[in-house]
Amino acid sequence: MNMLVALRDWVDARIPLMSTWNDHLAQYYAPKNFNFWYYFGSLALLVFVVQILTGIFLTMNYKPDAALAFASVEYIMRDVEWGWLIRYLHSTGASFFFIVVYLHMFRGLMYGSYRKPRELLWIIGMLLYLALMAEAFMGYLLPWGQMSFWGAQVIISLFGAIPFVGDDLALWIRGDYVIADATLNRFFAFHVILVPFILAGLVFVHIIALHEVGSNNPDGVEIKKGPKGNRWSKDKPADGIPFHPYYTVKDIMGVAAFLIIFCSVIFFYPEMGGWFLEKDNFIPADPLKTPQHIVPLWYFTPFYAILRAIPDKLWGVVAMGGAIFCLFVLPWLDRSPVKSIRYKGIIFKAALAVFVISFVALGWLGTQPATPLLTNFARLFTALYFAFFILMPLYSVMDKTKPEPDRVTYNH
Amino acid sequence: MKKLLSFLSACVFVISTAPVSASEGVQLMHIETNLKDKATLQEGAKIFVNYCLNCHSAEYMRFSRLGKDLGLTDTQLKENLMFATQKVGEPLHTAMSKEDAVRWFGVVPPDLSVVARSRGTDWLYTYFMSFYKDESRPWGVNNLAFKDVGMPHVLWELQGGVAEPQYKTEMGADGHEHKIIEKLVVPKGDLSDEAYRQKQKEYQHAVANLVSFLEYMGEPAKLQRYDLGAKVLVFLFIFLLISYLLKKEFWKDVE
Repeated sequence: MNMLVALRDWVDARIPLMSTWNDHLAQYYAPKNFNFWYYFGSLALLVFVVQILTGIFLTMNYKPDAALAFASVEYIMRDVEWGWLIRYLHSTGASFFFIVVYLHMFRGLMYGSYRKPRELLWIIGMLLYLALMAEAFMGYLLPWGQMSFWGAQVIISLFGAIPFVGDDLALWIRGDYVIADATLNRFFAFHVILVPFILAGLVFVHIIALHEVGSNNPDGVEIKKGPKGNRWSKDKPADGIPFHPYYTVKDIMGVAAFLIIFCSVIFFYPEMGGWFLEKDNFIPADPLKTPQHIVPLWYFTPFYAILRAIPDKLWGVVAMGGAIFCLFVLPWLDRSPVKSIRYKGIIFKAALAVFVISFVALGWLGTQPATPLLTNFARLFTALYFAFFILMPLYSVMDKTKPEPDRVTYNH
Repeated sequence: MKKLLSFLSACVFVISTAPVSASEGVQLMHIETNLKDKATLQEGAKIFVNYCLNCHSAEYMRFSRLGKDLGLTDTQLKENLMFATQKVGEPLHTAMSKEDAVRWFGVVPPDLSVVARSRGTDWLYTYFMSFYKDESRPWGVNNLAFKDVGMPHVLWELQGGVAEPQYKTEMGADGHEHKIIEKLVVPKGDLSDEAYRQKQKEYQHAVANLVSFLEYMGEPAKLQRYDLGAKVLVFLFIFLLISYLLKKEFWKDVE
């Protein structure tokens, strides 16, 4: 034991081992009133690790070659020991990454976690979301099925809508006149090296930023501004508790509950009725045969529906980009005197409800054929989606809020 | 808890309205496949290698895996299922060359390893039940589930002949009368009523076996993952309980 302590001290004299442990875990004080919605940050980290680990094993047998890719995935599914499990962990993990991240973002919307002083934390989170979309998009090309191929074809052709340089840009991204072997190779490189590297870096910065400003909580009040002194420390916030062990044990419980749902899908519904693994993607990519309906995976469909709702291709792309840009500037759109939905008035609650309904409805519409009726619905929900952001500076001021409490509310 | 339940029920609703898939037109028949019954899969495998493998391949499936999963020895495999292949470690190649395929059919018939995953079992069952006589087509048959299909009805002998379409006229939305197929009837020939019914039943049974086999071949791991999944979930529930108790113990400190 003395040897171990000596070793620890030896290391600690050379790198900041103990202070890092203390600053980020044992003496990082988080508000004690986290609720259900606060599990999704740690769960996103869990899914990220699952994706990295399963990804490493998949690359050992996957072949990034247009002639071999589809067969190599089936080889993993059949001939590689436990290959089917690794592949399903990865394919299901992709969808669960988005489920968890969407819930994590929704938590931020509800409790005003993007408000001062957490604007940069929110923006780093949005950059993570963008990187995650790029990661998922490029990963989806790799199985080299019909939907992989045609989905990528449609999305990359969107760059062609940019004036003057568009077509050349799309050609440059693909490396060929259509999606081809060159595209598959570079997407593989980006998917396994570049984007995971960016993701890992952003996750690090996201957590550093969080620990600098401190966690928000369901009441949206700053525990750092409240009284000091708790049973662990006399100069730390009274409403804070050490992250470790209190939130580590709580998050482990969250992990267990999450894994029950995650594993239920992996073992019993890996295709999720076509939502996680599309039927058409079990047909090898065929550049000569366009599928009847080209549908991106569910996590992109809200934005795909916005794209299709606009009759003009360029403006469709602009609207799609705008839909994401709105989220970036959210910290400066919300002018409410309070952060949390608990103390906001009826207007914000209604606006948030309309926003959620619009987002889900757009997500569903993006999976359906664009009939005139459905396109009109997509236009309506697109308008409502943007109204949530554009009108926010007005309604967040008009909204009748309740006074915030001085301390967090915690019912034991 | 209420919020969580309503959230989950919303999820179930969304999932049940699956995104669009390729099959449209004909109303699909439903089939309950049974992957646990080895006799079903063996029977289906037999039909597959005798009728399908002549033109279609199943390149991702190996005979040895087939033998292991279906409970067949190497000798049984070689005597009953392997006609064009020598080694059990090889996949299910087709006997037909690509050049011949193009000459005879115009295209190379698709590989069927994962056809059950792209088409679905209901579609496959409907497809095998929906061939009918159509002299305008090169092979004299057409299909309700796959319009202008490019292959002959290879299972016609099992079905006791090729079904004939019976038409009815219907007023279309354009105000004109259209002849549409009401049902398909396999000619009775000189069979007795009883023998005819028996023959139709046997065919349905054979197709069900074939479709079950195709489902298995689409994803051999299906034979393992349900049982393993149940064990994993039992473990996770115990893990959840323990982690809940651990959390409760620690959180006693928090006032």
